[in-house]
Amino acid sequence: MTISSDDVRHVARLARLDLTAEEVERFREQLGAVLERAQRIQSLALDDVPPTAHPLELRNVLRPDEVNEHREPGRILEGAPEREGPFFRVPRILEEESS
Amino acid sequence: MTDALWRRPASELQDLLASKQVSAEELAHAVTERIDATEPTLHAFLSRTGDAAIRHARRVDSARAAGEELPALAGMPVAVKDVICTRGIRTTAGSKMLENYRPPYDATVWERLRDDRCVLVGKTNLDEFAMGSSTENSAFGPSRNPWDTERVPGGSSGGSAVAVAAGHVPFALGSETGGSIRQPASLCGIVGLKTTYGLVSRYGLIAFASSLDQIGPMGRTVRDTAMLLQAIAGHDPRDSTSIPQPTPDYLSALGRPIEGLRFGVVRELMGEATQPGVLDKVREAIGVLEGLGATIEEVSLPSFAYGLDAYYLIAPAECSSNLARYDGTRYGLRVDAPDVETMNKLTREEGFGQEVKRRILLGTYALSSGYYDAWYGQAQKVRTQIVRDFARAFEGVDLLLSPTSPTTAFRIGERVDDPLQMYLSDVCTIPANLAGTPAISVPCGLAPEDGLPVGLQIMANHLEEAELLRAADSFEQAAGFDGSRALS
Repeated sequence: MTISSDDVRHVARLARLDLTAEEVERFREQLGAVLERAQRIQSLALDDVPPTAHPLELRNVLRPDEVNEHREPGRILEGAPEREGPFFRVPRILEEESS
Repeated sequence: MTDALWRRPASELQDLLASKQVSAEELAHAVTERIDATEPTLHAFLSRTGDAAIRHARRVDSARAAGEELPALAGMPVAVKDVICTRGIRTTAGSKMLENYRPPYDATVWERLRDDRCVLVGKTNLDEFAMGSSTENSAFGPSRNPWDTERVPGGSSGGSAVAVAAGHVPFALGSETGGSIRQPASLCGIVGLKTTYGLVSRYGLIAFASSLDQIGPMGRTVRDTAMLLQAIAGHDPRDSTSIPQPTPDYLSALGRPIEGLRFGVVRELMGEATQPGVLDKVREAIGVLEGLGATIEEVSLPSFAYGLDAYYLIAPAECSSNLARYDGTRYGLRVDAPDVETMNKLTREEGFGQEVKRRILLGTYALSSGYYDAWYGQAQKVRTQIVRDFARAFEGVDLLLSPTSPTTAFRIGERVDDPLQMYLSDVCTIPANLAGTPAISVPCGLAPEDGLPVGLQIMANHLEEAELLRAADSFEQAAGFDGSRALS
């Protein structure tokens, strides 16, 4: 199982990781080794087996729609790298002309 | 001459505190001195509470002196893995991403221990975001095994395992996704329990792989481990996967004989890849159980041979989704950039270490368009097979046996450049995580070739923690493991 540097760069883009060239090369080798071993499961005959996403039978959990005390918003904002009033502040998202 | 306070189990300390033979403050000072003496070598902690712990202990003593009715664990020192949120107390997850993060709320498990008036002495070291088997992936340096400081303590709950084994605390909280309580417990010669998925609330546990993550107790004795479990288990409306049913009395199950209990030895986990001394000790342990009147048979769970492969697709897939939240916006690290996407990328490149990046990439790959069915989808089907194999095995036997880890503690640096070798540490523990069933590691001797602790793994069916603890306790009493070298 080999995966290419382009594969690594592609998934890094999807995952918003700005990898260095050395990282791309190292991860290509290491992910290739892990996937090579994991390939063993692809030859198992499991067509009729349903997938398990979770160990419990999950159901929606509902609670009465009652007014509760809300955690102080100020404390939550305290962890923000940058804020403005009651908002999280981030750098520019849209180009000037489209705003 | 009686044992120093810091060497004593919680079960004894509880009586000493309740009968006022020892004050919580004396105990807090005793463990503080013990930590001061060994911490520079062992590095079990990422944060210590210092004077706050002493003040807290003093308040417990005043309350007791005033005749207040106190909870069973009042004044007991405890350590908490640094992936569990503690309000206002730095919680790093072992990552530069959260180096200065102070949670605005308490995890339910810590809220319960705090309400029980336990004394938090510190937050313990771990592999970054609980991803690893040695604590070498901690952004703040590895912890060292008190049995041999050139060796890893295992991971990811390595700091908690060290703190317990070395006498920093009688017990500690760890967390598991693929063996992160049991494997370090095994490598450090202590007891570690991974409970049924949903028995212990995950509210306030920093998420890695949500369908696998569980918080659990670690202690030097089975009884102490059961005491800590009793304090943290039970339904929590703030965790939608928490099981809504009453918590059994785990302590009352201890000490009952195990005669007639049926054990199955898992053939797939007793293979040649296991270190010979580990196999020897596990076989001896099986003999001890037989001597106690248990019946032993070999069982086969064929899908276990593929558990590791399925796990290292499923857990990274969930991790890649869970860790998307670290984008430099709401909390944690931010690396400034002129636009938001560059800010996200630079923040994540800077904040995450190699193992976390590796798993995010692997998970993103397994979930990506064109690969989903072959990798993630197939892994989920293997997971079904593992659930079915467990169910079939538990029709014939009550409990399953295997080594906890295929090797004893390995040397620091030995596996860091070979992720696959590192992942193989989890081969015996992973099936119980995938199936959501409980399993415990209990020390069963020292491997003859290196003199390091070996853990016996006992696995049970869903919600059979009481039986698991009873078997582990009987074994512990009969086998008499001596962990004093780590306490020297």
